Amino acid sequence: MKDFLLVYRTDYNTMPQGASPEQMQASVKRWMDWIGGIAAQNKLTDRGNRLIPSGKVVKADNVIADGPYTEIKECIVGYSIVKTTSIEEAAELAKGCPILAVGGNVEVREINAFI
Amino acid sequence: MNQTELIPHLFRTEYRKIVSVLCKLFGIEHIEIAEDIVSDTFLLASELWGLKGLPENPTAWLYIVAKNKTRDYLNRNSLFAKKISKEINRHSATSEEIDIDLSIKNINDSQLAMIFVVCHPCNPAEAQIGLALNLLCGFGADEIATAFLTNKAVIYKRLQRAKEKLRTEKIEIEQPTLAEIDDRLSTVLMVLYLLFNEGYYSPNQDVTLRKDICLEAMRLTYLLIENEQTNKPFPNALLSLMCFQSSRFDARLNQNGETILYQEQDTSLWNQELIAKGEYFLNQASQGDKISKYHLEAGIAYWHTIQADTKEKWEYILQLYNQLLLIDYSPIAALNRTYALAKANGKKEAITEAEKIKLTDNHLYHSLLGELYTDFDNTKAISHLQDALALAKSTADKMHISNKILECRQKQL
Repeated sequence: MKDFLLVYRTDYNTMPQGASPEQMQASVKRWMDWIGGIAAQNKLTDRGNRLIPSGKVVKADNVIADGPYTEIKECIVGYSIVKTTSIEEAAELAKGCPILAVGGNVEVREINAFI
Repeated sequence: MNQTELIPHLFRTEYRKIVSVLCKLFGIEHIEIAEDIVSDTFLLASELWGLKGLPENPTAWLYIVAKNKTRDYLNRNSLFAKKISKEINRHSATSEEIDIDLSIKNINDSQLAMIFVVCHPCNPAEAQIGLALNLLCGFGADEIATAFLTNKAVIYKRLQRAKEKLRTEKIEIEQPTLAEIDDRLSTVLMVLYLLFNEGYYSPNQDVTLRKDICLEAMRLTYLLIENEQTNKPFPNALLSLMCFQSSRFDARLNQNGETILYQEQDTSLWNQELIAKGEYFLNQASQGDKISKYHLEAGIAYWHTIQADTKEKWEYILQLYNQLLLIDYSPIAALNRTYALAKANGKKEAITEAEKIKLTDNHLYHSLLGELYTDFDNTKAISHLQDALALAKSTADKMHISNKILECRQKQL
């Protein structure tokens, strides 16, 4: 088994604004049902985290800027770690990710445990 | 209670108490001496009570005799007496001055301290459960052997080895410090959880014995809750889970000790008092900011005490299973989660998810798929049920699956 990082990206501006409590609850359910399904296959290493939009970007010249700019099209909104035998299998798991339904995507990357 | 019933009863309730107090006095390395003294006390009781009749207060009699035997032992073994008197009380020079305190408070303190010794991670889980049954619950090797469906010699050896390990590791009989209590408590809770499950899910058909094991696990968990230092959310959650589960004890087993499925239980046999207690401890458990698998399992067990088969109920159960699987995967949780998924989100989605689980060597997996495919694709349902039948071990399971196959066949006609 190898660990794979799933990076969820989407455009913050296309995400539904001012969602009602019911919509938010429905969204939480979609994520929980999806990640619970991966856990039920015993393929979840770490459920990971969702990220809040604002942040800082530190550059080499000690310049600290506000960012990443959430107006860019593909902003990281969260991550999880799954364990599978191949990257194909990990990508298969990502197919049901709720981020896809809101126009986002999932990047699947193998974690190099030896560095 | 007549004399023939009384001695085994007292052995069960008092043996462990006196052993705990003496162990705490002597140190775990002298556990054999403590056990010998208490065994001698009971031997004397069975001889004398048979001849002279019961004393007025049998428990008090046992305590006095155990105290005297301990003093005798210390007088005869002055070296040992000096050693322990130095260790336990630097002020008392002679064995006469060593206080053998069999007050309720010291018994409880000693038992609590013993829980932490018995559930010490230096022993494997199986040995910890055996030790707990033996030293904390007063079960003999033959009763433990019955519970584990093995023979007495195996258990005897396992207990000896585990006690030896406690000796060589020099485990102190004391309550852990505040700094380490959470860590040590989590091992203790795991052992008590397994102990309870041993009684609740054991394939053994001795219903009384199984019930006793469950009750003992609850008593020990309650001991943690009675103590201020260990009265924390996790033990409360565990006790809540045990209350909810045991509320169905009488409904879920038939006279032969075989399991009756949840859907087929006589709900009038559910113990409402235990359900109320479960709710009380679950409330107590919700005061912390951390959530354990005991919280989630207690939550699931709580929803199972509600009879109505609503979508809302199954939605809650599904989300609790989702969370449970995130912190503690087990095949049974994965299967139960999929069943809840079918109830909350529909069979179609559940079948897709179930087929991803691929626990193909587990009869429950095929039973679940059989259940999900029923009325959906009865041919597939039968095929899975046949796989389940081939893998099932207990007669009750086999009979239940065969009935399901018959039902499906009739639907095909």
